[in-house]
Amino acid sequence: MVKFKTFLHVCRSVWVALLLSCSAVVMAQDSLRMDSVRLYKIPEVTVLAQRFMPQSVTPVQILSGKALENLTSHSVADALRYFSGMQIKDYGGVGGLKTINIRSMGTNHVGVFYDGIELGNAQNGTIDLGKFSLDNMESITLYNGEKNSTFQSAKDFGSSGNVYMQSKAPYFEKGETYHISAKLKAGSFWTVNPSLLWEQKLTEKVSLSSSVEYLYTTGRYKFTYQTLGGYDTTAIRQNGDVNALRAEIGLYGKVTDGHWRTKAYFYNSKRGYPGAVVRGKFTHEDRQWDSNFFLQSSFQKSFGEIYSLMLKGKYAYDYLHYLADPNRDASLMYVNNTYHQQEVYLSNANRFQWFDFWDTNLSVDVQWNGLDANLYNFVYPNRYTAMTALATAFYFDQFKCQASLLATYVHDKINTDSLSGAHQFHLAPAVYLSYQPFKKIDLNLRAFYKQSMRMPTFNDLYYTFIGNVNLKPEETTQYNIGVTYNQPFDGIVSLLTCQVDGYFNQVTNKIIATPTSNFFRWTMINLGYVEIVGTDVMLQTNFTFAKEIGLSARLNYTYQQARDLGDPSSPYNGGQIPYIPWHSGSLILNALVKSWSFNYSFIYTGERYSASANIPVNYEQPWYTHDLSVSKKMTWKAVELQLTVEVNNLLNQQYEVVRSYPMPGTNFRLIAQVKF
Amino acid sequence: MKFRNVFLIITITCVAFSCRKVLPPQPPVVDVVDTVSNLSKIKGVYVLNEGNMGSNSCTLDYFDYTSGEYMCNIFPTRNPHVVKELGDVGNDLQIYGSKLYAVINCSHLVEVMDAVSARHIGTIEIPNGRYLTFHDGKGYVTSYSGPVSIDPSARLGYVAEFDTASLQVTREVAVGYQPEELVVVNNKLYVANSGGYRVPNYDRSVSVVDLATFIEKKIDVAINLHRLRKDAYGRIYVTSRGDFQGTGANTYVIDAVTDSVIDTLNFVATNLTVTGDSLYFISAEWSNMSANSFSYGVYDIKQQRQVVTNFITDGTEKQITRPYGIAVNPENGDIFVTDAQNYLMPGTLYCFTPHGKLKWHAITGDIPAHFAFLNK
Repeated sequence: MVKFKTFLHVCRSVWVALLLSCSAVVMAQDSLRMDSVRLYKIPEVTVLAQRFMPQSVTPVQILSGKALENLTSHSVADALRYFSGMQIKDYGGVGGLKTINIRSMGTNHVGVFYDGIELGNAQNGTIDLGKFSLDNMESITLYNGEKNSTFQSAKDFGSSGNVYMQSKAPYFEKGETYHISAKLKAGSFWTVNPSLLWEQKLTEKVSLSSSVEYLYTTGRYKFTYQTLGGYDTTAIRQNGDVNALRAEIGLYGKVTDGHWRTKAYFYNSKRGYPGAVVRGKFTHEDRQWDSNFFLQSSFQKSFGEIYSLMLKGKYAYDYLHYLADPNRDASLMYVNNTYHQQEVYLSNANRFQWFDFWDTNLSVDVQWNGLDANLYNFVYPNRYTAMTALATAFYFDQFKCQASLLATYVHDKINTDSLSGAHQFHLAPAVYLSYQPFKKIDLNLRAFYKQSMRMPTFNDLYYTFIGNVNLKPEETTQYNIGVTYNQPFDGIVSLLTCQVDGYFNQVTNKIIATPTSNFFRWTMINLGYVEIVGTDVMLQTNFTFAKEIGLSARLNYTYQQARDLGDPSSPYNGGQIPYIPWHSGSLILNALVKSWSFNYSFIYTGERYSASANIPVNYEQPWYTHDLSVSKKMTWKAVELQLTVEVNNLLNQQYEVVRSYPMPGTNFRLIAQVKF
Repeated sequence: MKFRNVFLIITITCVAFSCRKVLPPQPPVVDVVDTVSNLSKIKGVYVLNEGNMGSNSCTLDYFDYTSGEYMCNIFPTRNPHVVKELGDVGNDLQIYGSKLYAVINCSHLVEVMDAVSARHIGTIEIPNGRYLTFHDGKGYVTSYSGPVSIDPSARLGYVAEFDTASLQVTREVAVGYQPEELVVVNNKLYVANSGGYRVPNYDRSVSVVDLATFIEKKIDVAINLHRLRKDAYGRIYVTSRGDFQGTGANTYVIDAVTDSVIDTLNFVATNLTVTGDSLYFISAEWSNMSANSFSYGVYDIKQQRQVVTNFITDGTEKQITRPYGIAVNPENGDIFVTDAQNYLMPGTLYCFTPHGKLKWHAITGDIPAHFAFLNK
């Protein structure tokens, strides 16, 4: 218990090291024991302090605070492009679908958490991170394997990699009772994006935070297709408009040795699907309406020296309406589908801190998902999931180790007599080790092994004509070894941090779609097998030139070879799986000069293929973009005003992330923010 | 001062990296697969690869009998100025007169090329076009996209008639739901209606359109009709795909004089071709997760019975993952069968002797399916 407080002090010093209006992007994680729910914000100081980043047993990357704000990104998906080992599939535009993939294991293996509780989609297993704006976001953290803490709910142990989105929690200085922050963003393609944040201290122990945001864009950007000596055509993306509203309200409370929070979140949007650009059909008229609502609460308290309790609960409702209307487009087949999904989730975690150096945790989670749709022959599935996790960790001066075992039981009930719903029982172990060979040098060696699985989604199992109720879950096995090194300095170079991890992953029983007797009839089978070998490298340096003049540089590089080995008889066996580049990376430079801030970011995605058949017709060229922004902060009495100008894709590169979905060229944004 | 250096470095890096290449049109992949054949009538055969929807990967291949070469993906280099190449999802390929016609379903057009050079001549815009046939200087295309009625799910298909010289659409007639293949017999146009969008209420009819009056009437046959082939005796072979559940697929015969169903053949013909008095067919009926069993048969038209259970006689059929297209060279009897694999990778074209022995095979584009023989 004593060690815990020390780590807390260490956490505080980390925050103190943030410069006035520039923070470097943090790569290694804070304390081993930092909980995702508890957030400490320390008063910012102008004195430049050394940064100290304690070691982490699992590979972790964070974008938070000012570093997150300075990025010229619209959404969480855009911000995640700056992390190693991450691949984003982007279908274009501000409103386009964006899905993420960690270390090529597949988008369904990524756990996405909002304020510590997982976002779910039992229907198709993907979360569209393009819908989550950065506006009210305090930090985005990526863990390979799982978070470095035994004290988490069972769900947190359940994915191959986790992304935690943490919203801004209110923090008041002495004498403050409220904060209001109003922001207006306007940009290319008639994008207008106002938002408002209001934080209010209700009592000494309870505060309230409320955030509202509206987004409108026409999505009409120019794109060009050309071939050498062939054709050169420019068109405008149509039907990419988005009209979206987000509203959140949360209550945060402190109790002795603990805290609680509860939040209601509502999102509603109407958008078009611009669709694939093919010969003769550059525009599509499909439309989508969706509404998402969730109410989630968590409570955490320590009882005495040994025992801590964490309770979580959530209710979520998701509505989706998709329309393809031949009245809008004569070539369309009429489709008018509505889906209603509900989820109820309860979690209980119990940690026992037996000694300074040893704790164990037992968590039990239960969850219900139900899907209702107006599809022909629909089975109205209901899924009951129970997860139990047992985790234990040992912390010695130079050696740390964490082990966990997760048991998952899933049972589906479906509305048909002829088939019974899927049911599965699965055990997933994980082991993490970390060793610091030299006491005085912050150099750490780490390794982990983890197994995990993902249940087939409702679409995989029950979609009319296509689903296959006999599907087994997909499984992943990860082996990772790595090195981290932190070195604060006293000179102009004030900090050097680097993190290198090498990994080998296997995805077995990969669920793939396969055709049956003809082009119209496909079905899902467990035939895929992928082997991934890769390395993630992160390097960060901070330069401090004078008081209030500093520069931070962060470089990310990923090498990945992800081979499709599902069909040994195929001549293309062993080809790189679709859209995974061998080389990718990013660079972020952030400079602070008194009240001015400059940000430059560069993303590179190397060559890749659009299919496992790695042949010239499927070749996709590398793409890279440069983004630049300039920001100025002004204070007048009690009001703080910040103006920012951004230019994205500076050199107007015409590129596609996914074949047939062109991305925008050069675009601009102006942001004005007022805080008081 | 330090910042000037930093910005200089950034600018140089930007400029250096901005040199992303504009790629030239995809060149064809040429493979010598056979020895030179000197046929008196046939010069070569075009193969159309459908390509997966949304990927714009419909491609055109050509096998040249005079050189023994198989040329994969010839369209981009022969037509560098056609924007976005051939298009998205090819559905039919035929030669009529001096022109080569390809129906590109999801690009909503019929691509018209010169039959000898495959050079682009023009396009005919047909939304959601399916199959083609020709008669007397006119071409006929089926399309799923008939007039939008009040109930958007009950939308008839139609047939467009176009002039093969001017490439203009001259007449249109509404037929059944989601029409597929069509043939002309006795100055009447027969169209197979599938009703595939209206599951479980598939269409059951063959539309018969009098070419003089362009008025349509229907014959009831079976559900989910797909293919139509004619023989030399005024008979039309119609295939039904069944409903993929209780009702299986089957093949029927219509008499074009009486316009009625005269026979049920009781074999599944996923694809078929009529050459002289032989009807070659492939069966690829899928059943619930059991091992796919395919068959390659021949039905004798004169004897009115199946005479060959497996026209591949050397065991090559064991290598075929998913038989898709079939064609027979009318001059020398070569049998062509395509293997669509898993629809996501290049397919394979097999060429057999008339006695069913493998002559050569070639790698094609994605989902090879349709053939057109080029005469000298």
